[in-house]
Amino acid sequence: MSIKYNDFVIRFANVNGSGSASANGMFAKALFRMGIPVATRNIFPSNIQGLPTWFEVRVSEKGYLGRREGVDIMVAMNAETLVEDVASISPGGYLLYDNSKPLAKALKRDDIHEIAIPISSMMLPEFTDPKQRSLFKNIAYLGALAGLLNIEFDVITGMVSTQYKGKDALIQPNIRSLELGRDYALNYLNAPLPLQVRRSEAVGERIMIDGNDAAGLGSVYGGATVCAWYPITPSTSVAESFENHSNVLRIDKETGQKKFAFLQVEDELAAIGVVIGAAWNGARSFTATSGPGISLMSEFLGLAYFAEIPAVIWDIQRSGPSTGMPTRTQQGDLIGAAYASHGDTKHPLLFPSTPKECFDFAAKALDLADRLQTPIMVLSDLELGMNDNLSEPFEWDDSRRYDRGKVLSAKDLDEVEIFGRYLDVDGDGIGYRTYPGTHPEKGAFFTRGTSRDEFAVYTESGEVYQRNMERLQKKWQTARTLVPAAQIVDKSQSVGVLYYGTTALPMPEALDNLTQNGIHMDTCRVRAFPFGEEVEQFIASHDLIFVAEQNRDGQMRTLLINELQTNPSKLISVLYYAGLSISADTITDQISDYYIENKLSRVTEVQS
Amino acid sequence: MTFVAKPKVHHPKLPVNEIGLTRRDYEGSVSTLCAGCGHDSVSAAIVQACAELSLPPHRFAKVSGIGCSSKTPSYFLNKSHGFNSVHGRMPSVMTGSNLANRDLIGVGVSGDGDSASIGFGQFAHIVRRRINMLYLVDNNGTYGLTKGQFSATNDKGSTSKKGVPNLYEPIDLVSSALQIGASFVARSFSGDKKQLVPLIKAALMHKGMAFIDVISPCVAFNNHSGSTKSYEFVRDHIHNVMDADLIMAHKEVTADYAEGSREDVAMPDGSTLQLYKVDADYDPYDRVGALNYVQRMQEKGEVVTGLLYVDPNAVECHDIMDTVSQPLNELTEADLCPGSDTLEALNQRYR
Repeated sequence: MSIKYNDFVIRFANVNGSGSASANGMFAKALFRMGIPVATRNIFPSNIQGLPTWFEVRVSEKGYLGRREGVDIMVAMNAETLVEDVASISPGGYLLYDNSKPLAKALKRDDIHEIAIPISSMMLPEFTDPKQRSLFKNIAYLGALAGLLNIEFDVITGMVSTQYKGKDALIQPNIRSLELGRDYALNYLNAPLPLQVRRSEAVGERIMIDGNDAAGLGSVYGGATVCAWYPITPSTSVAESFENHSNVLRIDKETGQKKFAFLQVEDELAAIGVVIGAAWNGARSFTATSGPGISLMSEFLGLAYFAEIPAVIWDIQRSGPSTGMPTRTQQGDLIGAAYASHGDTKHPLLFPSTPKECFDFAAKALDLADRLQTPIMVLSDLELGMNDNLSEPFEWDDSRRYDRGKVLSAKDLDEVEIFGRYLDVDGDGIGYRTYPGTHPEKGAFFTRGTSRDEFAVYTESGEVYQRNMERLQKKWQTARTLVPAAQIVDKSQSVGVLYYGTTALPMPEALDNLTQNGIHMDTCRVRAFPFGEEVEQFIASHDLIFVAEQNRDGQMRTLLINELQTNPSKLISVLYYAGLSISADTITDQISDYYIENKLSRVTEVQS
Repeated sequence: MTFVAKPKVHHPKLPVNEIGLTRRDYEGSVSTLCAGCGHDSVSAAIVQACAELSLPPHRFAKVSGIGCSSKTPSYFLNKSHGFNSVHGRMPSVMTGSNLANRDLIGVGVSGDGDSASIGFGQFAHIVRRRINMLYLVDNNGTYGLTKGQFSATNDKGSTSKKGVPNLYEPIDLVSSALQIGASFVARSFSGDKKQLVPLIKAALMHKGMAFIDVISPCVAFNNHSGSTKSYEFVRDHIHNVMDADLIMAHKEVTADYAEGSREDVAMPDGSTLQLYKVDADYDPYDRVGALNYVQRMQEKGEVVTGLLYVDPNAVECHDIMDTVSQPLNELTEADLCPGSDTLEALNQRYR
């Protein structure tokens, strides 16, 4: 039988709170350390202990990081979900289970391979404490997998030693459990399997990190000094990352005091209020939330838009509406975020696709907020935020200076003849601001959400109000030129696909699949709203554009139609919103089906 | 507060304070509130207090929410920045402002609707976080801008202008502030400048959360005979327990109160907090006792005023958080950005 290397999907079915996360994480990390590209997905319930949870690892020598349908190896450790877990295995796949209790006859399948290991029985003589017995079961199946898949054993034992450094008493039982599992596989099972791993160069320089951790670190590098937040899945780890990194990187060497303020507040209203108050007073500040938080923050977002105060908001999207599926991913907040608040409001949005982009956009968003004097929302999602992803390593140019935007110092104020907070001196729609307390005589003004004139004086003049609204529109045009441009691959095809955020993850694989089907497309990965000139041109220069995204209503498509006056018949939605991340198969199938239904011509390779 | 626009120039013989400024330097723009509004008296008291303390008039951060009270930061200290934010949310904006620059003097002005109804949550949380500020509520028990609805501080049984009684229990912000963690709690009356100005001075120089509830009658909607927030009712039911004043470090301690009732409290910054007992049995350092006293008197329909509680050694939010003494908004790349070498080491950690 031929051996297939570094190309499979393995899924671990566990019980939430049973200590499986650590073993599963070590599995993925071991492969990553062998240089093999992996993508991890944690499918977890809104629960602390007891409900089913799954951990999926996509292993791909080709570097495909998106989700793929089908499971090649199922590690079934949850009796409650056994029926659906067995059913989800692809034909020819493997079921690894604990046969301390025999598998029910009804669950037997002819088209899969069973790998039975008496894990519980093996643990009985080893550990007297039932809690330990249960915990080390996870480590034992990890050991068995090492034997079955040919994972380099010292990579795993090396990780155990690092992980439990200082808690040496834990090292030995971990190693023992690993060996028990591995030896069982080697002695009693047909190990290694025809599905195997082997050391590779494919990872290269890349690192493995989740997007939220990257966002928190990027906010440290970007100079944020105030973080106010309210806990909400899946955004909480953005704030926690900022605090953790700051506690190492932002401590004054002499006094031990903190060069940042980190405040968990009473709700999302307070979180955005603190951010706006801090930014008004000249500190770079941000918050992290998810859809329900954006709903709550809407009034304040309108104030910051109208009074022109910087703010950075990370929205780690989850499935809505309302509480929706709070531990499942989605790209469902685009319209709500873009036009958050009453009246004519709109806000720039950034769409990161990788942890590296989360890091970069964290700093970029702080610059943009100061430059544009308006809230900037970064729309990540649970898929990117909470799962370990392969990422290009982070980079920082030490000559880079923060762009604090148009701020007048006391010296500047002495030199200017007139100061009007909302005067459009430069013609880009952006006025000059001052921080409170700058100058004894000049530059003080009153910030308000009510209408005011160019000198920040309250007015109810319709003409002055309208002039101000038009200036804000001019500022919006300036924003188009400053936000990150779309990444476009244009080989003069007549059809294109437009996507953003985590829909980028399965795209290389989907495009390869489609090419094999004779469908060739140009690509446009949108990275920000408002859309730049390049997005407008991409749409204009293609006859048909598929817009792939993860929501029901085609929200990106709506924004394109609304903002660029695109003919709706030109934009075809490719949608997925069932809670997991969109797969390459979904994209491939929906686009292929459209070609078939509409009898579009495909390019067939000329055989030479 | 300046009801009628005054010319920019002023009389050369106007008295100047220690930093060479007159009271005019602490004023704001023309008030648009009703003639006789208690809030204008409060603004005037703030102007007088700041001028007498010789504080630099541009070093304040004035923050408010929405409502008549929240308009008033326009009417004092126009050399400082002000922020009229959204309804009930002054506390969060002030918190952010204070985190960004701890050196500015925070003055938050709110109303009873702003702090006891829509913003009751934010009021409670800024008090428990102990932000270093003066939190002043212009309390008139009514919604003026929407024409006279009851607010949450309106006493049960007190009537509207049309004679309809309020059916619900009142929220007493003073009791809440005492319970939740304010380290300076006072109540006063907009019609009693002699008491109010020194209280504002003491509150401004208090390090920590200083809360003052100022009963400030609404002449348009809540100054009739059935109201318990009218000038007449408050004057008849006021019970003063403790006057207080703040004397700066280098100033001679003088007072026009009766000798023997005065207690001088040394403050951490070198200034002196002077307390004058009006009610001989009252103990302003006993938080629980203060809470009891205020509640008991409220049951009798009496409005307790004066300095109700003070902790001269209070901590504030920056002490709790242990932030650097330099304002965070002054930190630069050199302070904030760990640089590329550190980042490369971090990359290695994620491999």
